[in-house]
Amino acid sequence: MTFQLIVFYSFAAWLIFSALMVITSKNSVKAALFLVLTFASAAAIWLLLEAEFLALSLIVVYVGAVMVLLLFVVMMLDIDYAALRQGFVNKLPIAIVTSLAFFGLLYYFITHGEFGPQNYANPAPKGADYSNIKELGRILYTDYFIAFETAAVILLVAIIAAIALTFRGRKHRKAQVISKQLEANKKNRLKIVSMEASIEETENSGEQEPSTAEEKS
Amino acid sequence: MTSSVNFSIISAEIFLLVALCVIMIVDLFQRDKERKLTFLLTQLSLVSLFVMGAQDLGLERQVGYSEHWIKDQFSTVLKLAIYLGTFVALLYARPFIRERNLMRGEYYLLTLFSVLGMMIMVSANSLLVVYLGLELLSLSLYALVALQRDSNIASESAVKYFVMGGLASGFLLYGISLVYGMTGTIIISEIASYLSANQANLMIQFGLVFIVVGIAFKFGAAPFHMWLPDIYHGSPSSITAYISSVPKIAAFGMAFRILESSFGEADIHWTPMIMICAMLSIVLGNIVALVQTNLKRMLSYSAIAHIGYFLLGLSIGNDEAYSASMFYIIVYALMTIAGFGIIIFMSSENKDYQQISDLRGMGRFHPWYALMFTLIMVSMAGIPPFIGFWPKLEIFRLLIADGQVLAAVVAIAFSVIGLVYYLKVVKEMFFVDCEDSPKVSNSRSLKIALSINCMLLLVFGLMPDSIYQYCISAFASLN
Repeated sequence: MTFQLIVFYSFAAWLIFSALMVITSKNSVKAALFLVLTFASAAAIWLLLEAEFLALSLIVVYVGAVMVLLLFVVMMLDIDYAALRQGFVNKLPIAIVTSLAFFGLLYYFITHGEFGPQNYANPAPKGADYSNIKELGRILYTDYFIAFETAAVILLVAIIAAIALTFRGRKHRKAQVISKQLEANKKNRLKIVSMEASIEETENSGEQEPSTAEEKS
Repeated sequence: MTSSVNFSIISAEIFLLVALCVIMIVDLFQRDKERKLTFLLTQLSLVSLFVMGAQDLGLERQVGYSEHWIKDQFSTVLKLAIYLGTFVALLYARPFIRERNLMRGEYYLLTLFSVLGMMIMVSANSLLVVYLGLELLSLSLYALVALQRDSNIASESAVKYFVMGGLASGFLLYGISLVYGMTGTIIISEIASYLSANQANLMIQFGLVFIVVGIAFKFGAAPFHMWLPDIYHGSPSSITAYISSVPKIAAFGMAFRILESSFGEADIHWTPMIMICAMLSIVLGNIVALVQTNLKRMLSYSAIAHIGYFLLGLSIGNDEAYSASMFYIIVYALMTIAGFGIIIFMSSENKDYQQISDLRGMGRFHPWYALMFTLIMVSMAGIPPFIGFWPKLEIFRLLIADGQVLAAVVAIAFSVIGLVYYLKVVKEMFFVDCEDSPKVSNSRSLKIALSINCMLLLVFGLMPDSIYQYCISAFASLN
């Protein structure tokens, strides 16, 4: 057993263990932290595949940004995770059957047929001076130049759309909208409700009325 | 590697992107509530694109950027149609959005972004770039539909559009990933050469099913049409006029590039699927449109039926049929913009008149516009000498020439059924008595634009070759 294989199996075991802990741990913050561990082990396995850039970006993007956001959300929202997990034991058999079937399917496709290993040659290991990022950058800016630029434009659209859909003008501005002021008319502002005339019968209503009339005059 | 960089073949896209950035900055410093300058600059850039594009007609086919980009007669003609359609749609939109708190710079910006997405879609030579162009188009359209934030129905249709569009993109991507897994390439011409050397095995067929479903979703062809009436109905009319017409032209470009250019060798696998979608759309669109009382919904179902006829051309699978399909989709866009233009024309400040019964009295009080609307309806129904007749005739002719007589007979029969609901609108306008004059917009530019658009339906109908010859040349130059 080579050293690489030992590293691979230990990280793979780590990954499976932490992935299991994500779904079984009772504390949601712990679950999120185990997810971080899952990402870290996956990144280590990618490193073994000589995909340094992907491994690093997995750490930076997912662990550094996405998981921190998720942790914020988990800590801020008071979600009753115990209630969410109800029926875990009842549905366990179905879940196990489903995942075993899925695993079997994946295993079949990876080992047999069109996507089997016999159709693909083993990749040759790269030398020590081979730079992953350099290669990616070269391909991105030459072969996939158009796609790269289009993706950039899509991001620009996303920014514009997000602002257009959420920005409603600065609040608390005291500027006057003259056209709106001019538009104001009686019809829009004043609502006249027709009510049936009804006189409330009180004991001394007859005496009071003349006195109010006098006061007015 | 550097030899594949050729700015001349993406000059139009670069021009539009630069123009977009300029318009964005200019719009930022504008205090004008009418956004006149933004509007003028937008239309000016579309006109210059059209003029630039017209110079490219008849140029040699050029491929560049490591085969990811292609510029040929096909893409040039489609782009010209896209510029024209967008120009007209924006012209119609102006009085409508002014009255509805939609007059914002983003309206024009997002429209231009969607134009850029469509240009990328029709010029792409790899599945990745096709997909990115499609996403650029769709994202701008989702935002456009949602732009009327205070309207519940517009927000609802925006969410529906977003979810359905995401689903369709997912299908398409899944299919593309399977094809990539099998062929090891996403370049369209390389997939074609792989397929000419190898049989399309089960995995590719499986991927192809997903690709066809994704495309059918984007077109709104039955049985993937459910989203279409709701969204056309819910969006503000000016945006409906745009999203129901121009993006279909680009979707045709995408369908052709994916289905024919890359899977042309395996066409026995996808033509039956397209055929089924086409027949279902024709049957369902025409029958459901019969019972609609809302004009916008009726036009949406008639759009489904039109997509069906257009897909029939795609399913025949020879160059003549593709040019007929292209002719159909361009004519469809022209008619649909005019049709929704009438709805814009009938909208007053606070209320949209969308019921067919709202048209009563048009013939008596606004005879000229009633006549214009009649032109649209008759053209959509496919009665000679209007433009809507010719592409239908071409498609039926090619269908019979291809030996699919039964399909042609069914399609023609349902075309006759379709006549009922088109003529129902004409009947409401002229033959139902009404005391009140229906309210119409008093924007002069809208009136003139609408009249010109409708007259064009007749003029082009008298000389259909003026459009058709370009469609034929687009496919003649491919071989």
